[in-house]
Amino acid sequence: MTSWPILSVVVFLPIVGALFIAFLRNDEAGARNARWVALWTTLITFAISLILVWRFDTSTADFQFVEKEPWLGGAINYSLGVDGISLPFVILTTAIMPIAILASWTVIQRGVRGFMIAFLVLETLMVGSFCALDLVLFYLFFEGSLIPMFLIIGVWGGPRRVYSSFKFFLYTFAGSVLMLLAIMAMYWQAGTTDIPTLLHHSFPRTLQTWAWFAFLASFAVKMPMWPVHTWLPDAHVEAPTSGSVILAAILLKFGGYGFLRFSLPMFPEASQQLAPLIYALSVVAIIYTSLVALMQEDMKKLIAYSSVAHMGFVTMGIFAVTAQGVSGGIFQMLSHGIVSAALFLCVGVVYDRMHTHEISIFGGLVNRMPLYAFVFMVFSLANIGLPGTSGFVGEFLTLIGTFRVNNWVATLAALGSILSAAYMLWLYRKVIFGKLEKPSLRWIRDLGWREITVLAPLVIVTILIGVYPKPVLDFSAASVTQLIDNYHHALGSVQAAALTR
Amino acid sequence: MYEAIVALPLIGSLIAAAIALIGARNRFPGEDPPPPHDDHAAPLVQESHASAAPSPHQAHAAFANTHAEEPPAEPPAAGSQAAGLITTTLLGISCLLSWYAFYYVGIAGHQARVTLFTYITFADLHSDWALRIDSLTAVMLVVVTTISSLVHLYSIGYMSDDPYRPRFFSYLSFFTFAMLMLVTSDNLVQLFFGWEGVGLASYLLIGFWYYKPEANAAAIKAFVVNRVGDFGFSLGIFAVFFLTGAVDFDTIFSQAPALAGKSFHFLSFDANALTVVCLLLFMGAMGKSAQFLLHTWLPDAMEGPTPVSALIHAATMVTAGVFMVARLSPLFALSPGASAFVVFIGGTTAVFAGTVALVQNDIKRIIAYSTCSQLGYMFVAMGVGAYSIGMFHLFTHAFFKALLFLCSGSVIIAMHHEQDTRHMGGLWRKLPVTYVTMVIGTLALTGFPFTAGYFSKDAIIEAALVSNHPMAAYGFVMALVAVALTAFYSWRLIFKTFHGEPHDREHYEAAHETPKTMLVPLVVLAIGSIAAGYPALAIFTGHGADTFFHGALSLGTANGLFENAEKLPLALSIMPTVMMIVGFLVAWVFYIRRPDLPEELARQQYVLYQFLLNKWYFDEIYDFLFVRPAMRLGRLLWKGGDGFIIDGFGPDGVSARVLDVTRNVIRLQTGYLYHYAFAMLIGVAAFFTWFMFVGGHG
Repeated sequence: MTSWPILSVVVFLPIVGALFIAFLRNDEAGARNARWVALWTTLITFAISLILVWRFDTSTADFQFVEKEPWLGGAINYSLGVDGISLPFVILTTAIMPIAILASWTVIQRGVRGFMIAFLVLETLMVGSFCALDLVLFYLFFEGSLIPMFLIIGVWGGPRRVYSSFKFFLYTFAGSVLMLLAIMAMYWQAGTTDIPTLLHHSFPRTLQTWAWFAFLASFAVKMPMWPVHTWLPDAHVEAPTSGSVILAAILLKFGGYGFLRFSLPMFPEASQQLAPLIYALSVVAIIYTSLVALMQEDMKKLIAYSSVAHMGFVTMGIFAVTAQGVSGGIFQMLSHGIVSAALFLCVGVVYDRMHTHEISIFGGLVNRMPLYAFVFMVFSLANIGLPGTSGFVGEFLTLIGTFRVNNWVATLAALGSILSAAYMLWLYRKVIFGKLEKPSLRWIRDLGWREITVLAPLVIVTILIGVYPKPVLDFSAASVTQLIDNYHHALGSVQAAALTR
Repeated sequence: MYEAIVALPLIGSLIAAAIALIGARNRFPGEDPPPPHDDHAAPLVQESHASAAPSPHQAHAAFANTHAEEPPAEPPAAGSQAAGLITTTLLGISCLLSWYAFYYVGIAGHQARVTLFTYITFADLHSDWALRIDSLTAVMLVVVTTISSLVHLYSIGYMSDDPYRPRFFSYLSFFTFAMLMLVTSDNLVQLFFGWEGVGLASYLLIGFWYYKPEANAAAIKAFVVNRVGDFGFSLGIFAVFFLTGAVDFDTIFSQAPALAGKSFHFLSFDANALTVVCLLLFMGAMGKSAQFLLHTWLPDAMEGPTPVSALIHAATMVTAGVFMVARLSPLFALSPGASAFVVFIGGTTAVFAGTVALVQNDIKRIIAYSTCSQLGYMFVAMGVGAYSIGMFHLFTHAFFKALLFLCSGSVIIAMHHEQDTRHMGGLWRKLPVTYVTMVIGTLALTGFPFTAGYFSKDAIIEAALVSNHPMAAYGFVMALVAVALTAFYSWRLIFKTFHGEPHDREHYEAAHETPKTMLVPLVVLAIGSIAAGYPALAIFTGHGADTFFHGALSLGTANGLFENAEKLPLALSIMPTVMMIVGFLVAWVFYIRRPDLPEELARQQYVLYQFLLNKWYFDEIYDFLFVRPAMRLGRLLWKGGDGFIIDGFGPDGVSARVLDVTRNVIRLQTGYLYHYAFAMLIGVAAFFTWFMFVGGHG
């Protein structure tokens, strides 16, 4: 299709930018240049990634833009490619990155170069994770992304950053060890680490079960699913704004992507057998964390808990394995990527002014920050899942998809929509509405132009894909349909075998 | 044309929103931190701070126990007047088009469906943004745009001293847009969009005066209680999709007969499929129309500006539940079980809300409970299968209830934001136009012969009487009792407000009739309250309904009703009028003849009085049953579940050990950590590739 390796360019361009920054002088001018280099790098990467959208063929479920080079003596391939499931996440990543860079423009004053390098390296690793078509390559990108994130929290974070970053590291690392074992087992069993090949390989029953659990260990932490979610609120609270944005918008999507790419297609029998477990964890996540969110005293913690609840809809929809459930799960992840990123940016706006995200410090901001109040309202409503915003489409599709399979689960999960309204509106009332009585807030200023530049595209996208979700849904339609067909085909042949037996 | 009806309010809303945002931006440019002394906004803010302390102005207002707090002293944004005029004009045009559509679709019989573009569509799920214009929609279009444009006009006067008028008009027009999307939807998903959209507008408008804590609380309550209803509604949509594989009305209705009698396994129970679906959908209607059990938000919603109460919480949004049942009448008609429940809830609400209204003192809350009660009537009609008659009452009710609210707004303005009827009295001399129009509204509400309310209410009661539906008798008795209650509390309101001696001399002397922009809507609605009944009788009842609705709603059982109703004995058909007169007389005795009687009665029946005054203690019960346990559980799960169990046995236990070791190391190297970290990154990657490489050959 193309004569140049476009995916490799998208993946490695950020690293080039990072190298460039590494050679900048370590002074005030160097810091300023580092910001600009990082911004331009991410913007160009985003522009190139849009070529992918333009050239992408939505009628086929095959991997596209495939690049394959033998690597490490032929044992593993350097293999990249995207399909309708991974490309949306690639675009999400490249789109959010410039926003995150802008969000850290003035806040990060210490070690600017290092910060920007960490961000660009992180982008390479994240985009690489979504593009990798080889298990080992995926694992490298996937686990590698942990390190820059760990540093962003640990070095540029808040007062309890060390505790938080270690909690984050411990959780994710524990999962990744198990996944590594599973990957090795799969290699020994199938003789290859090539993902497209593995998608059509049928693994033996016992291997499926324990490999499924091993992958779950890793993905559940990233998602995060209950009960391995407790690292997320702490990580968010300590992370700088841009770190929270990346964490919420992209790193949390690895789990869902992993389920779609590996667990469902490669271990269909285990997925079917263990779906009730996922349902249970999802429902608990939705109700439990929504209730916890009701009681939070910190804006970032509240949004973090709400993220866990929203991810519960994703896991529920994916493991329902219906067309609406899976596509709703993908849509919900994209929507959450935009909305939660925006909410953390909104928190960042007031954090930059007041240096706290405790709810009780604020109140009556609408009196001095009307534009901010408007933007915050849009994203609060999207988080509540109001029809007409992107949040509704994902929730609706996952629920309607799950209802077809198990109406108990869908009913309990739908209760989350009541609770989400309660905690988000409560937050909004405490922070934005009321009289402006606190003297410290008297001179707080409304959004500046940089902040408007960052938030305006997110407002537009949230409403646009909320009103007209078709292009986004069509994008992944072929891949999702094939995923579900293959899944049922695999199960069908098993059932047929069981019948003849 | 139909696109224009829906789009004009949206355009108006966006223009007003733009004016509001630009105005806000000019006040708070958000650029540099303002120097504390040299900023034009400084005196304003100081002023608003000063007003927090008791000022002479507030001392004057201190009599009022439900007094609206003073708005922050700010000059209105540039273009405030324009925002009001633009939105009102656009709605006026939309209203004229709607009346034409009413003629074209309803009378001339040209139904239409305009597909705009696809909404949520994936695999076998298909929903469009579409405008379905049939007679049922046409009725709603007329009601919504007429009341809305009058309320817009009224608001120009009512809100004239509010600095945030553009925001107000933006919300008001947005509401109208969402309501129009609701009534024109041709599938359940778009219906749900409009449903939640009007809920959002209601939330924003109830909380319009965001500096009032009660307004904020009421706004959240309205949204969350409605979400409880919407929880049922959304499950209903899922169930419909599960059973019929579609969410658009045409497919659903064509499949519905096949579903009759089928059972559906829902939540471990096997139940009649259609009954489950209808009950779930009706749960949404109960929330939106503030029916018994989910009614608690409506009285509190009166914290919003009065034009909002008239438009949203009386004439249009709260009738969305009734409209939904009418729209889905082909489903409800097939489910006697669900219909019985509808009658039960409607009848219960009619009486329940009536009893509470007997003793309330806030002028707006009395009318709010009256709205609840009248919505109950409409559901009684829906439940007994007389869908077109329910729509008839919806139509007439919109006029007289909007009129009553706008009149009460006129009273409130005249009394300087006093809402307590105990501080009013004798106002008819001061507010003659308001008085006359409000009496007209009251006559219509109580069903005085030959007013609009008389025809529609009588039709409902007769329909309940002649229906052979098992719950119809309950609906009939409740409706009849509610007539007497309605007459009593309505006249009580009039007598306490306009008759007798003024209870608050100072406010009384200062009272003055409202400006013309506010009186015009009153007069128009008063005319409607009298005249909307008889001409509409022909299209909502009898064989006229058949030709008018062209199958837009189910008339199957209703046709028989109309024929039987005409053969009723005279004694039964004058029953409602008799009840109305009884209610009026009791009110007259209590508040004109023997004004000491009510207090005496309240003392004698103290428990009953408190029970009614506290609205059957619903708020307290819900607080005890749901709100507090949810919060306690949330705290328990947070501190106990997340904090103690998961973290305690998980990462904290492990990381406590790790941290002891590493903390000192980190502290030494902070600032240069990332140099080491990148070494680590490269190291890990190198180690790993080597490992796999060897593994690959091993």
